Amino acid sequence: MTGATESIKQPRATTGSWYEFATRHRASIVAAVILIFPLVMPFTALAVNILIYGLYAVGFNLVFGYLGLLSFGHAALFGTGAYLCGIAIVHFGCPWYAAIAAGIAGGLLMASLIGVLAIRTRGIYFAMVTMALSQCVYYLFYQAVDLTGGENGLRGINVRTIDLFGLRLDFINPMIRYYVIAAFVIAAFFVMSRILASPFGAVIEAVRENEMRARASGYDVTKTRLLTFVLSGGFCGLAGALQALHLSIVPIEILHYETSGLVVMIALLGGMGTFFGPMIGAAVFLILENVVSVWTVHWQLIVGAIFIACVLFFPAGIWGTLIARGRR
Amino acid sequence: MSAAEGQTKEIILRTRGVGKTFGKFVALNDISAEFSRGAITSIIGPNGAGKSTYFNLLCGAFAPTKGSVEFEGKDVTGLPQHRFAHMGIAKSFQITSVFPQLTTRENIRVGLQALVSRYDIWRPRARLTELVERADELLALVGLWESRERAAKTLAHGEQRALEIGMALASQPRLLLLDEPTAGMSPEETRTMMDLIVKLAKERTVILVEHKMKLVLGISDRILVLHHGELLAEGTPQEVRQNEAVKRVYLGQREH
Repeated sequence: MTGATESIKQPRATTGSWYEFATRHRASIVAAVILIFPLVMPFTALAVNILIYGLYAVGFNLVFGYLGLLSFGHAALFGTGAYLCGIAIVHFGCPWYAAIAAGIAGGLLMASLIGVLAIRTRGIYFAMVTMALSQCVYYLFYQAVDLTGGENGLRGINVRTIDLFGLRLDFINPMIRYYVIAAFVIAAFFVMSRILASPFGAVIEAVRENEMRARASGYDVTKTRLLTFVLSGGFCGLAGALQALHLSIVPIEILHYETSGLVVMIALLGGMGTFFGPMIGAAVFLILENVVSVWTVHWQLIVGAIFIACVLFFPAGIWGTLIARGRR
Repeated sequence: MSAAEGQTKEIILRTRGVGKTFGKFVALNDISAEFSRGAITSIIGPNGAGKSTYFNLLCGAFAPTKGSVEFEGKDVTGLPQHRFAHMGIAKSFQITSVFPQLTTRENIRVGLQALVSRYDIWRPRARLTELVERADELLALVGLWESRERAAKTLAHGEQRALEIGMALASQPRLLLLDEPTAGMSPEETRTMMDLIVKLAKERTVILVEHKMKLVLGISDRILVLHHGELLAEGTPQEVRQNEAVKRVYLGQREH
């Protein structure tokens, strides 16, 4: 039974060897790309944005691409992560690592709450329920002015140095800031890769492929969906926490439904249900936005047109299309 | 043919007065029946007789609106369907239902995994090598070894039906429920499937829902005939064939 293990690492139809290589070493490849990324980027701030939105999209993709549910409320998970990280620093004077932990916990908790209420619906109803709940979260944070700063956003998240076992890193320096954030993003990618390769990863895909069959096989579909949604919340919460540290402020717009829509676009552009897709989507989208907005203030028109063209001609997304080519 | 006669008459599954209504429509009314362990029991009846509804009550896809279902002496009425799989009841679907994008082998491997690991998010599943070995055995049993690396959606109809049986077997059922396993099959494929069912029945109890009476007369130990949501007749194939009420129902709409 020599070929016995292949099908596990590579559950879909057999493809080219480069794809198998990329799948086996997916987390390491992402790590390598992330490490050299700022050296080829014009400014580090853009590279940091791509990292953070890429991670946000990776978390979203777990629900959208792997579980097959379109959530329109992921801004609530991303935003809660950002706010809790910020609140921990501004109001409770927590050190940076505790603040990041608070952000992850916030994402997990908010995902549990939204998940419990939304997970029994599907299709358009799931999208609508998650969106409605995330609007509730928006108003909750908007009203809690003492804690969140309301419409002014939460200001004063000043982390100047990162203390790491006696090592003091200057967080103001853009390059150092990039690599500190990159360390978390890379760690998150390793965790995600691990989840996808776990027995539960197979269950997630089985539920997406055929809910009735999964149930008949003995899987609790509702529980599987809920756990996946909560895991997704953890990744989005971490992305939000990093965003708060990066911006030094949490704008209330982070909870706006535009933030939910943005991540759908990024995932579609890169390729839903693929490991590299969300990161590629984030890079392409944010670089486009950056380049085009230098030429014209109507950048959304052009980026929108490019997005529509991509969805029409490459419905599998950039990475999804490349994989399909490689399979031929 | 009557393999069950020599065996013990132990009851594996029993329904007591089960009924199911959808709104005002009574799909099934007051059916009490017993199923012997180790036997092949077929549930037949014309279209709209309530066969599929009864089947769905037996496999837990939905709960009866009245009455109770008992499996191996335990009341299982209203338990969620995934629990049925854990207890040892597996089903195949009338309309082919597989994981289309996964390979044939992964389809069965996922079915097997449900008994071992459902929520482990950390250990690599590549370590569960025994599942792959078991999957390969089942693939050989249902005749799909050659197609193991193909995506399930690319399989021919008959192969997908066979895969479905393989997936049902993956949960190591003591009771196997098959909903029209030969639906849409060619005569050739139908024969292969019937042989497979007889082979499977040697080690487990099989309950079969079938539209075509002729098909099951030869292999069943016992037959239940449903009509308009009621139990019309019950007995050995011989008894059912000679039953006047059954003759009327089947002659009325031409026997297949």
